[in-house]
Amino acid sequence: MSARPLSPHLSVYRFAYTMALSIAHRITGLALSVGLLLLAAWLLSAAAGAEVYARTVALLSGWFFRLVLLGLLAAFLYHTCAGIRHLLWDSGRGLEKPQARRGAVLVIVAFVIAFIVSAWALFARSGGAA
Amino acid sequence: MSLRTPLGRVLGHGPARGAAVHHWWVQRLSSLALLPLSLWLLCNLARLPLADHAVVTQWIASSWNALWLVLTILVMAWHSVLGVQVVIEDYVHSVAVKTTSLLLSQFVHWLVAAAAAYAVLRIAFRGA
Repeated sequence: MSARPLSPHLSVYRFAYTMALSIAHRITGLALSVGLLLLAAWLLSAAAGAEVYARTVALLSGWFFRLVLLGLLAAFLYHTCAGIRHLLWDSGRGLEKPQARRGAVLVIVAFVIAFIVSAWALFARSGGAA
Repeated sequence: MSLRTPLGRVLGHGPARGAAVHHWWVQRLSSLALLPLSLWLLCNLARLPLADHAVVTQWIASSWNALWLVLTILVMAWHSVLGVQVVIEDYVHSVAVKTTSLLLSQFVHWLVAAAAAYAVLRIAFRGA
C-alpha cells in the first residue's frame, strides 16, 4: 500500500453534527440499495401468481419485515430530504457554514414530518402496507 | 521542442472530460428523475391494497404504470450502482477487494434491475 492520501479523512476533523447528516446520507443510500432487492422480490412474486404473492405478503406482514419496511421508509425519506440539500449545494448555493447548519436543521425537520405522515398513511391505517 | 503551449497540451486530457464527470452528472440527473418517480411509487404503495394480488397486478399492468415502474426501477438501479461505487471506492483500499466488490455490485444491480423489469413486463403482457 502506498502512502498516498486517501479520502475521506474523517479522523482529522473535529466532530460537527453536519457530519452526522453526511454519513447518514450514505448509510440510508446503502440501505435503499438493499431495499431495491425487496422491491424486485415483491414484483417477481406478484408476477409468479396469486399463491406465491399471498405467501410473500404473509412474510412481509410479520413483525420483522414490517420493521425492515418502516426502516426503509425512513431511509428513503431521509435520503430524499438530504439529497435535495445536496442538489442545492451542487448548484453552488448554501455552502457557507451558517447556511449548512440551518440546512441540516431543515432536513431533519422535513424528514421527521414526512416520516410521521407517511408512516401513518402506510402502516397505521387499517389494511395499510403489506 | 514542441510549439504547443502548456495549456494546449493538457486540454482534454484531465478528469474534466473523463468518467468522473460523467459519474457526477448521471448521479445528479438520476436523483432529479427519482424525485417524481419514487414519490409517485410511494404514493401508490400507500394507496393500493397491497395484500390484494388482483388489484396490485391490475395496477402494475395498466400501460402507463408499467412504463413508469420499469423506468423507476432502471433509474433506481443506476443511481444505486453509482452510489455504492463511491462508497466502495472510499472505504475499500485493497485493489483486489475493491475491484471484486465493484464488479459484484455492477452484476448484482443489473441482475436485480433486469429481474424486476422482467416481472413488471410479464405482469403487463400476460396479466399474471
